[in-house]
Amino acid sequence: MVIHLKIWRQKNQHTKGYLESYTLNEVDAEMSFLEMLDSLNLKLAKQGERPVEFDHDCREGICGQCGVMINGIAHGPLKNTSTCQLHMRSFKDGDTIYVEPFKAKAFPVIRDLKVDRSGLDEIIAAGGYISVNTGQAPEANSILVSHEESESAFDSAACIGCGACIATCKNASAALFTSAKISQLAKLPQGQKESSKRTVDMVNRMEELDFGHCTNTEACQVECPQDISVLNIAQMNYEYNKAKLKS
Amino acid sequence: MWFIKNSITRKNLMALTGLFLCLFLVIHLLGNFQLLLPKEEARLQYNLYSDFLSNNILVKLISYGLYASILIHTLDSIYLTIKAKKAKGSSYVKDNRGRASKWYSRQMMFLGSIVFAFLVIHFKDFWFVYKFGTLPLDTNGNKDLYGLVLVSFENLWYVLLYGFAILSLGFHLLHGFFSAFRTIGLYNPKYNSIIKTVGIVFAIAITFGYFIIPFYMYLID
Ligand code: HEM
Ligand code: SF4
Ligand code: FES
Repeated sequence: MVIHLKIWRQKNQHTKGYLESYTLNEVDAEMSFLEMLDSLNLKLAKQGERPVEFDHDCREGICGQCGVMINGIAHGPLKNTSTCQLHMRSFKDGDTIYVEPFKAKAFPVIRDLKVDRSGLDEIIAAGGYISVNTGQAPEANSILVSHEESESAFDSAACIGCGACIATCKNASAALFTSAKISQLAKLPQGQKESSKRTVDMVNRMEELDFGHCTNTEACQVECPQDISVLNIAQMNYEYNKAKLKS
Repeated sequence: MWFIKNSITRKNLMALTGLFLCLFLVIHLLGNFQLLLPKEEARLQYNLYSDFLSNNILVKLISYGLYASILIHTLDSIYLTIKAKKAKGSSYVKDNRGRASKWYSRQMMFLGSIVFAFLVIHFKDFWFVYKFGTLPLDTNGNKDLYGLVLVSFENLWYVLLYGFAILSLGFHLLHGFFSAFRTIGLYNPKYNSIIKTVGIVFAIAITFGYFIIPFYMYLID
């Protein structure tokens, strides 16, 4: 199939970006979206031009590196699917596809489609862990966790940190990402101990990094590759309010 | 409130003031349903009711809470909207993000601004005239607010203005009601689905309830 591309090119953080048009004449419907971009880069490299830079690692939907805006939708037209899991069969012969980086003040563009998402790491570093003294592995049945609790915590833990929720949100809010970690840990007995401090620290970090607030439009869950529930955000608010009322 | 920088705290204030305003909307509507009585009965009863409200100390205290709520809610909405605008950075050339959410959930500031503009007009035309203007008295010796309402809604354009503002309020509530519960931390899935349904019913009931009055007043005169 023939695909026309309009791709965001930007040399670095300090230069202005622009859309560049390319046409690929031999795109296979079974190619993944990233393979299609690879074929473009091969062509550009042969012509001695600078290839389009984009982030990717696992190419199997688990690392969260590959997110870009495709036709104005984070990770493209398929709901709950990461860019690397999107295939060209989702497009038609002759389509024009716009590819842009995720945009938010907290996500500066590094080059082309690559953005700096280290803000998300900083939020996790502010409290998204359980402090334990290492030692011998404890007896497995000493802390009981029901199947439902562990499944529910695992649903929250499934976030791959791709940033699509922030790119999709009209306020560039990191509420879905941050709350997924907060409620994952608040749902388990090991995490509950530090929940108040963790929640306040992570929320404060999120605020300092210039992410916006949540207005419950629920767009984030629709475009999230892992279908992380917006109810995590409500649980974050609950944990935060509880922590503030107690302190 | 400029000193509270944290947006969850600011949103809590929006949610609590918003819910208080929702409660007021119900009471205000029930009181105003008296306008739907037969003409002369409505005149005496409505004017008596208005006189009672403006002289009762408890009602006075609640009304201060009301003014404060409108102010806090509005100031917070401006603060958060500006903050969100800054967080957004540059915009997309091709933007189809709208497919993932309802238009009214993204336009709360716009809908709220219409409601605010309406409130200014509404206060100026009724509240201000009743409190500080001169109104004729009815046969009981109470200020004839009913007569003022009746005359105001003789104009079709005025009725339509009310209709438009009420519709905007309806959409504001369609998103705002359930959103407020999420903001203060209701995360149980079962209660959330109940609240979502209650919110829809509430928004529709308030919209239709408030629609009836101006159109009815227009038709009887
Ligand atoms: C009778 C009048 C009003 C009622 C009953 C009302 C009710 C509500 C409720 C319940 C919420 C949800 C709060 C939350 O999401 O936590 C809300 C949100 C909001 N209101 Fe109002 N409101 C009214 C007037 C206004 C006015 C006058 C403005 C602005 C000029 C406004 C602007 C907003 C905005 C921007 C939001 C969304 C905030 C957010 O989601 O972050 N509202 N309103
Ligand atoms: S919550 Fe979903 S969209 Fe947001 S970072 Fe995690 S996986 Fe990506
Ligand atoms: S490359 Fe790892 S999730 Fe897409």
